[in-house]
Amino acid sequence: MISDSSMPYSAPTLAPGADDDQLLHVSLGPQHPSTHGVFRMNVVLDGETVVSLKPVFGYLHRNHEKIAEGVTYLSSMPYTDRLDYICPLSNNWAYAHAVEKLAGIEVPERAEYMRVILAELTRLINHTAFMGFILGDMGAWGSALMYAFRERELILDLFEDLTGARMMANFMRFGGCRNDLPAGWAEKCSVLVDDYGPFLDEMEKFLVGNEILLARCQDVGQLPKETLINGGITGPMLRAAGVNYDIRKAEPYGIYERFSFRIPLGDKGDCYDRIMIRFLEMRESLKILRQALDQLPEGEYVNPKAKIRGFKPPVGEAYARIEGPKGELGFHLISDGTVNPYRYRVRPPSFINLTLLEDMCLGLDLADVVIILGSIDIVLGEVDR
Amino acid sequence: MSVDIGAALQGIHAALPAAKVAMRTNPGPSNQHSLLVGNESLVDVLRFLRDHLDFDLLSNVSGVDWPDPAKADAVAVFGEGEETAREHGFLEVVYHLYSTSRRVGPLVLRARSADRGENACVPSVVSVFRSAEFQEREIFDLYGVIFTGHPDLRRILMWDEFVDHPMRKDYVAPDDYEYEPTPHDDVLVKAKRHYPAES
Amino acid sequence: MAIDPQLAADLKSQGVHVTSFEQLINWGRSSSLWPLQFGLACCAIEMIAATMAKYDMARFGAEVFRPSPRQADLMIVAGTVTKKMAPQVVRLYNQMAEPKYVIAMGACAISGGPFKDGYNVLKGIDRFIPVDVVIPGCPPRPEALLEGLMTLRDKIAKEKLMGKHRVRHADPNGAASFPVPEYGAHDLEPAVNRDIWNPPAITREGGEA
Repeated sequence: MISDSSMPYSAPTLAPGADDDQLLHVSLGPQHPSTHGVFRMNVVLDGETVVSLKPVFGYLHRNHEKIAEGVTYLSSMPYTDRLDYICPLSNNWAYAHAVEKLAGIEVPERAEYMRVILAELTRLINHTAFMGFILGDMGAWGSALMYAFRERELILDLFEDLTGARMMANFMRFGGCRNDLPAGWAEKCSVLVDDYGPFLDEMEKFLVGNEILLARCQDVGQLPKETLINGGITGPMLRAAGVNYDIRKAEPYGIYERFSFRIPLGDKGDCYDRIMIRFLEMRESLKILRQALDQLPEGEYVNPKAKIRGFKPPVGEAYARIEGPKGELGFHLISDGTVNPYRYRVRPPSFINLTLLEDMCLGLDLADVVIILGSIDIVLGEVDR
Repeated sequence: MSVDIGAALQGIHAALPAAKVAMRTNPGPSNQHSLLVGNESLVDVLRFLRDHLDFDLLSNVSGVDWPDPAKADAVAVFGEGEETAREHGFLEVVYHLYSTSRRVGPLVLRARSADRGENACVPSVVSVFRSAEFQEREIFDLYGVIFTGHPDLRRILMWDEFVDHPMRKDYVAPDDYEYEPTPHDDVLVKAKRHYPAES
Repeated sequence: MAIDPQLAADLKSQGVHVTSFEQLINWGRSSSLWPLQFGLACCAIEMIAATMAKYDMARFGAEVFRPSPRQADLMIVAGTVTKKMAPQVVRLYNQMAEPKYVIAMGACAISGGPFKDGYNVLKGIDRFIPVDVVIPGCPPRPEALLEGLMTLRDKIAKEKLMGKHRVRHADPNGAASFPVPEYGAHDLEPAVNRDIWNPPAITREGGEA
């Protein structure tokens, strides 16, 4: 093991004085109700205490990057839907953003507004479903998820209206979106935005003071800010620890500069902060949605100069990222001037946020591991790609 | 905010005169130029960038396979310079750095292995940036770059018994073609191998 | 030995319900399928949605998702089966108690779907375990999953428990478990189970060989 004086590295894998014969080796997953898919962890326990935790990946490695190198740029768009399959439209945007940077394509104003609306609706879906799943991890199996999925269905109805698909939208194009908003869509969305606040109030009423939630989440899984940044943690995880870093503000893409919204920051960075940060982010998303719907201009929904067929970006490379609901979602593309990307790389927030999972769990109980993993909010489609 | 790569280069030259760092211009419209760093000084350069220029977030680490050096020349990211005189292909690792405090980025760094065989080595930067830990393991798994000094260099996505590096350009996937009712293009080529035509 | 439907209807009007053991057992089995709580990929989200507020799979007695294969009757293979995951899927199937059924949900579980070209993607779970119902879609809507469940219920209701054409699980010689593939140097070994999976023997029309 190499060490560096200025940065902490993994704690020792065995607690001092632990006798190896007394240790219990548990393989959690890939089929386990609390691993959010097919994630697996090899956990070593001393009694109930975690002394080592090694994640095992790859059970959903479906070769997204290799397939993308063999197809045209646009053909990868439907695959991006399937990366983080809870929020396909954010992934669409990240990829379209990267290709637009690679080829220097302008996006019309109306399309930018549509993208913001769809991305923030996706953030609502993701954070709402997150509430259901993490409560499920704490034992409230089903009931919190019922509420979450009730609201999710309402947003999915909007997506279906617009894109024709509930989940796999395949909606963004290089230089805009695939089609315009259907008549009456903005009004329906506006009604949903108005109704979402009361739902959040209801959910928050159930959760904020809940004794089980407090007992299970407070002071669980904190790490110092510097370690989190060094570990590449991004998104709500990082902001829960009080680091003011949101790409929507730090490196504004699209038209986020036009909206007034705040970046909620946590204090301690424990699991409780991570849950509450997501509540606050949903409220900020509602603010953005309200402004975007009010300002939505008329105009083109796709840049008419953008080429769809035989699209060949100039030689070069580009790395572009957006603030996805789970963290920094980036795409690194290298073009050799042909119709296929020479290199197509996804920077998956869920995967890199797992880097410090072991550090967060060491010394805690096995039951805390489930909460910490839940609070990282991973989706295996993105972790393994 | 985009990064002032010239200032970063000057800073590195001033602080680490022995480090081999060269600028590579990106011909595309993205305006993301990169610094090609020699393997022996990669860890020092990254540590300098982290500690003195506030590039504290190593966002992304990508592997790239260049089996054909002529191709690497054609893609002008690799521009002019002594590196183009290579005879064999090589593997490349690209780093994207950001600064969370100064809010600038990306600063793009690249490091290259000597070849694609036994010497496909690049120093590991895990001692400077923890975020590289899993990404380097992934590049080792899929490209076969050996990260010297990585604390736990194992396969991450494929199983341990697997021997190939599937993201390499010359990887041949196992042929598990099955019946398809209307084969065309690539699938037709496979179908011809598997099913005889009616004569 | 079917019952005269007219007689059965007459008796039913008198408050006497006539049935056969086969029908009774099949009715019981089809009405309370307990699925294995087992999500692989995108389809799992739609599977969860099918059990949640709007679609409510509980109406058909199939909402009791069991985390343990020992307690489950139905495996819904919801998502892409990778080669790394395939041995675990087969092992889970082997651990389920008879009678057990498999629904392949979504294009990936059926054939590899959009990821068919992937080196780590299994081209259909039917290469290793027998599949009862396939639900096309990417991902199938929750309604489609309910439809698949209905199809499976109909299939169970028609099962023969005795005689020459009895179902696999009623046959003492029927296979209850299937060989688990192992990780090889390049691929799974074996890559397919030829006892249960053989592609149709076809010849292409015309063209050079």
